Amino acid sequence: MSEEQTFIDALNRRMAARDAAEPTWVAARRQAASARFEAVGFPTRRDEAWKYTDTRSIARGTFVQADNAEFSPAAAAALTLPLDAIRLTFVDGVFSAALSDLDALPAGATVETLSQALESNHEAVGAVLGRLAGVDFSPFAALNTAFAEEGAIIRLAPGTVVETPILLQFLSREGDQPTMCHPRVLIEAGARSEATVIEHYVGETDAKNFTNVITEVLLDRGAIVQHYKLQEAPVGDMHIASVHVDQGRDSRFTSFNLNLGGALVRNDIVADLNAEGAETQYFGLFFAQGRQHVDNHTLVNHNAPRTYSQESYKGILDDRARGVFNGKVIVKRDSQQIEAYQNNANLLLSDRAEIDTKPELEIYADDVKCSHGATTGQLDEEAIYALRTRGIDEQTARGLLTLAFAGEVMEQVKHDAIAQRVELAVAGKLPERFNLAGLVEAAVALGEEG
Amino acid sequence: MMLEVKDLHVTVEGSEILKGLTLTVNPGEVHAIMGPNGAGKSTLSAVIAGKDGYEVTGGSITFEGKDVLEMEIEERAQAGLLLGFQYPVEIPGVKNIYLLKAALNAQRTARGEEEIPAPEFMKLVREKLNFMQMDPSFLQRAVNEGFSGGEKKRNEILQMLVLQPKLAMLDEIDSGLDIDAMKVVAKGINSLRSEERAILLVTHYQRLLDHIEPDVVHVLVDGRIVKSGDKNLALELESRGYDWLVEGSAA
Repeated sequence: MSEEQTFIDALNRRMAARDAAEPTWVAARRQAASARFEAVGFPTRRDEAWKYTDTRSIARGTFVQADNAEFSPAAAAALTLPLDAIRLTFVDGVFSAALSDLDALPAGATVETLSQALESNHEAVGAVLGRLAGVDFSPFAALNTAFAEEGAIIRLAPGTVVETPILLQFLSREGDQPTMCHPRVLIEAGARSEATVIEHYVGETDAKNFTNVITEVLLDRGAIVQHYKLQEAPVGDMHIASVHVDQGRDSRFTSFNLNLGGALVRNDIVADLNAEGAETQYFGLFFAQGRQHVDNHTLVNHNAPRTYSQESYKGILDDRARGVFNGKVIVKRDSQQIEAYQNNANLLLSDRAEIDTKPELEIYADDVKCSHGATTGQLDEEAIYALRTRGIDEQTARGLLTLAFAGEVMEQVKHDAIAQRVELAVAGKLPERFNLAGLVEAAVALGEEG
Repeated sequence: MMLEVKDLHVTVEGSEILKGLTLTVNPGEVHAIMGPNGAGKSTLSAVIAGKDGYEVTGGSITFEGKDVLEMEIEERAQAGLLLGFQYPVEIPGVKNIYLLKAALNAQRTARGEEEIPAPEFMKLVREKLNFMQMDPSFLQRAVNEGFSGGEKKRNEILQMLVLQPKLAMLDEIDSGLDIDAMKVVAKGINSLRSEERAILLVTHYQRLLDHIEPDVVHVLVDGRIVKSGDKNLALELESRGYDWLVEGSAA
């Protein structure tokens, strides 16, 4: 039996076991997605988009779907981001009402699970869901569409400003059998609305689960959405994600794609700047060690004149970790007077770490300002020496410089709780020899005091 | 005695730069090492601080009885042997406050002391900043990044004031300074003078010594100290130059 067939059979069994019928369009889409997945199969290294990322560990895996969201509240509290938030929690993809809290939600904003939204008005969901992420985007998008059962639907009425961040928390559990989940996130930001949405992936140390998530974000005229993804999944987890963004006139989208965890990680981010004045910013940081593999593919489509994009990705790779950065910018023929800037800088902490970086610009307009650059290097030995002459031991000096490298992206993070969390995580995740956690905590305390 | 350099021979990329240098510095003393370009002045301070690329082929360096050449770079600093650079390195992304705190705590930990509490640390740093006429915003800036020449030198002295070394070595600290900056830097260095501490100034020009009065002046020529004297020797060098000593050394 083919690897694909294993997944299709699992889907068929899952559907047969359902006790209630789904809306017709949902069932039809599942079928179409399943057929699409069967036809294209898992990607191989021969596919240009997957040239450096081998997904056989997913294809050959046997995953079950969780049917409960049990998670110790104390354990969840230890993992959660320490910030006031409107919170939805999913455990191996299953919604946990106990670990969710929507109290701070203002009028004009709704936050529901996908299943709740389907139950209350499935036509409204069907009209938008999948508009940006079709099954032909990738085999994993097809797989997600075939399997998707749960997720988050966030809607902001025109002019609604949600001050409190909306936190979508995805917890990955240890267990006898690896699980898989295929969450969907949909953010519909009405005209001039504003919100921050955080996707946080975290879990129990020994988990080995597969998460395959799709996020769609629609920004109407003048909407402002900050999208944070903090991926600190257990280092045995496999994580495939794509974020699809559709931007209207004068809208502003900011993506922070912060990746610290996972064994195999692939992120795709695609923004379509469809009307004048739309702006998008991509900030990325990935830190990988051991044999972690992190692949970030980003795409900005300048589909209209006077649109603006800026991108800065930083990668830190230690041990035998492998990183991929592919950043593509496409400027359509009539998209004059656009600006697009892109930069990727990587730091290799070990001789055996590897990065493949590829910036791509396709420009079909003639009046544009575009630039891109990619650098890869090691820590500056002269700076290490300078720090050591001040009494700072070599490992700490290396750690300080590594944090400093990450700091350039982290300075852009507007939520202190996230910035500090990532700095601590980067420090804590640095090989133990760096022993930086105490130092960073001290520096954080100082920042608060000073 | 605090620092004892005995018959030190140092080779850089195959050529011998220091050719039997001997020097003794006692607590409470300020020494100035002067000499023409290429005499080996910077090599001496670099070797004491432990910079890579300098091969010691003979002789010894001891600091408070310990063999300096056996110590790691950071151990030398933790022991109280601190070098102020002629060209301080820019360290993008590392804030001054991080550097100062990490350095001070490394020193304290090495001495078996507790780390400094944050409020006490901030008080200390603000006081020293003020003394060096530096703006507090400077603490949040990356080490030396985008600093003017004068700011970099002040920063070196600020680190000295926070870390309070036993022996402060200052390599061409006056280079690139205008007279006002020189005065601030000299004030900082003079504030380090004490019975327990020693200062070693490496300088090409006498003008720094107008502001910091040395107890002993050495003239380093072609890898050796060819003459030592009191502050008047520096004045003599100012008027006569180095040639008379260079010729003497060659003879």
